[in-house]
Amino acid sequence: MLLGRTANGLYWMNRYIERAENMARLVDAGLRMALTRTQSASEEWNSVLLSAGSDVAFKQKYSDYTAANVADFLLRDTSNPSSTMSSIETARNNARMVRTALTRETWESINEAWMALKRMLARPIDERDLPSVLDAIKRETALIRGSFYGTMLRNEIFDFSQLGTYVERADNTARILDVKYYVLLPSISWVGSTLDNYQWESILRSVSAHRSYRWVYDADYKPTNIADYLILNVRMPRSLTFCYRFLAEHLKFLGDDYGERHACHATAEKTQAMLRAGSIKDIFDAGLHEFLAGFIRDNTRLGDEIAQDYRFY
Amino acid sequence: MRLAAFDEMLPEVSGLRRPYSAYDRWLKEQDPARLTEKMQDAERVFRKTGITFAVYGEQEASERLIPFDIVPRIISGNEWRRLTQGIEQRVQALNAFLDDIYHRQEILRAGRVPKELIARNEAFLPEMIGVRPPAGVYTHIIGVDIVRISEDEFYVLEDNARTPSGVSYMLENRETMMQLFPELFQKIKVRPVENYPQLLRQSLAAVRPQRTKGAPTIAVLTPGSFNSAYFEHAFLADQMGVQLVEGQDLRVVDGHVAMRTTEGYKQIDVLYRRVDDSFLDPLTFRPDSALGIPGIMDVYRAGNITIANAPGTGIADDKAIYSYMPEIVEFYTGRKAILGNIPTWRCSEPDSLKYVLEHIHELVIKEVHGSGGYGMLVGPAATKKECEEFSKKLAAKPSNYIAQPTLALSTCPILTDKGLAPRHVDLRPYVLVSDRIQIVPGGLTRVALKEGSLVVNSSQGGGTKDTWVLDD
Repeated sequence: MLLGRTANGLYWMNRYIERAENMARLVDAGLRMALTRTQSASEEWNSVLLSAGSDVAFKQKYSDYTAANVADFLLRDTSNPSSTMSSIETARNNARMVRTALTRETWESINEAWMALKRMLARPIDERDLPSVLDAIKRETALIRGSFYGTMLRNEIFDFSQLGTYVERADNTARILDVKYYVLLPSISWVGSTLDNYQWESILRSVSAHRSYRWVYDADYKPTNIADYLILNVRMPRSLTFCYRFLAEHLKFLGDDYGERHACHATAEKTQAMLRAGSIKDIFDAGLHEFLAGFIRDNTRLGDEIAQDYRFY
Repeated sequence: MRLAAFDEMLPEVSGLRRPYSAYDRWLKEQDPARLTEKMQDAERVFRKTGITFAVYGEQEASERLIPFDIVPRIISGNEWRRLTQGIEQRVQALNAFLDDIYHRQEILRAGRVPKELIARNEAFLPEMIGVRPPAGVYTHIIGVDIVRISEDEFYVLEDNARTPSGVSYMLENRETMMQLFPELFQKIKVRPVENYPQLLRQSLAAVRPQRTKGAPTIAVLTPGSFNSAYFEHAFLADQMGVQLVEGQDLRVVDGHVAMRTTEGYKQIDVLYRRVDDSFLDPLTFRPDSALGIPGIMDVYRAGNITIANAPGTGIADDKAIYSYMPEIVEFYTGRKAILGNIPTWRCSEPDSLKYVLEHIHELVIKEVHGSGGYGMLVGPAATKKECEEFSKKLAAKPSNYIAQPTLALSTCPILTDKGLAPRHVDLRPYVLVSDRIQIVPGGLTRVALKEGSLVVNSSQGGGTKDTWVLDD
């Protein structure tokens, strides 16, 4: 038996852990772009902010898209509710609330991540230290994930946690693609320019997939392959298909355990079926942007339905 | 001011006391540098596991550690047996008093406790008149604060009969000590405290409503994660394997209290609440309470839920009532109190008030309803100005205060930078009441870390120690 409020806490704890890490990844990709292409760096940082869903709030505070400003806003600014610091803080508050549902190892890893990041992000980050700060964020969230997978019982607590992780991750991957969808559209020349190549690599880098891409596809970056990798590949842990495979699976476990199916089951299965049947050509033909916008909408709805069906409030 | 205090390890007159002899032998073999290291290990363990408490009024340090000292406080089996007899008697009397006060009020009619003291007391809940809680138990979990003055003199300082806290520290302190010094526990036979959560669960299950079918559903009610004792609420729920609920999770469904789960509402039979009376039911008590459950008092009166501790138990541990405890114990048990009270002046009585005002620099003065060491004056440690200011408050509302002599609380050594040094301590054993009374051998030893200080409250710079009851 699980309290609705506890399920809610588990769900959001994991969404925010995922988000804390995604912010670091986005800044990492932006940093790489800015280093290689100094002329249009501000445009790249704008894309990063758009992917993070933080562009409006950023503009209220800053006028310059500099590495220092964006990194500060996305990593340590506590007035930005999605910054890494805010996210880890929210994740920990949720963990505190659901502490009785977590193993000691899981709780301690979250608490320690919070302590470490609070210390590290207490003062503005020197640009020279940025790479090591980004590494540290990814390491802390990896430790949380490790303790979580290594020690948690595979029951409803685990299911609700995973739902949070994969709803957030699917949203993140879809947004990254949508912000850059135009650079993936077929152009007259199928061989990308140097500039395109940087753009493509940046997309892969922001989901930490620039190396694994080469294991699956050709060494050359091709927009259709990149889109295929991030949308349809079943083995790629941040692809939309991968996320929905697990969302559907955990929802099925809950449905079987409780002996009851809800609206969220239908929504998740519908999206999963759509991804399974789709080919990347169909998606491009129907319009990549339209596809992604629709996906983000449905994914948000799934989150709302889960909250309602399982009495989070 | 320095008081000549009884040291429980090494009294000046008689030398090393027996309960400490094995520990002392071990201690002499230890490298002081290693002990200091262990002290730091302990702090790391506490911080990592998030054993923190909140201090009201301190924004920055909203989560702090209670300092932990690695020198155990050791009590012999014999001393413990004497203490438990006194505690059992006292706890029986507390429950009998509560039952009487909310029913026939014989003790008032007999003139042993003044009527006004009850009628005008905020802790007295008229809503509880005539209500008989399941199994007839009012106060299920009690933390009796005990101080020691000499080899043979123990006094009760306070009966915490509402929602005593600190038991999680008792358990974590032991856990930490066993991690730090496993070899000590092989050398010295210490009675275990680890089964407290199981005992608590059994005890709560035993007082379930009569109509409960099958195993009762138990839950711990917390005000939420921002409460200073939240760690303890979560800890106990976890250790007992029951749900930790907040008011927002609960509502009254079909005459029962039920919690909102992922599969709908589920009935609760026993609620171990860590929420104050006044917040329990906005329909009955404070209407602005967001922490409670509207209608829970109706369910309670209908006998469909056990609330532990029962609403209205505060009338038994009120500081104004405290001074009558010797009479109360004798009235209900027919025997003299085994554990004495500290002599107490009730400032509501003109003669006492006069005495207190004249001797303010010698006395400890407490608010009748205060707790946690807030709003009290330790006369001997206060400046002249503080005494004068307090006198004014006292004269303005005398019935709000009681006064007690400044007792030389016994001391125990703590580990400091300069080696062992004595500090004042008190003791809070935890008592569980159901169809029987159980006292876990040990408790929470609170220690004033500042040299000479008598205030042991964690909110005022106190620390804790592991408390050993020897299996001898």
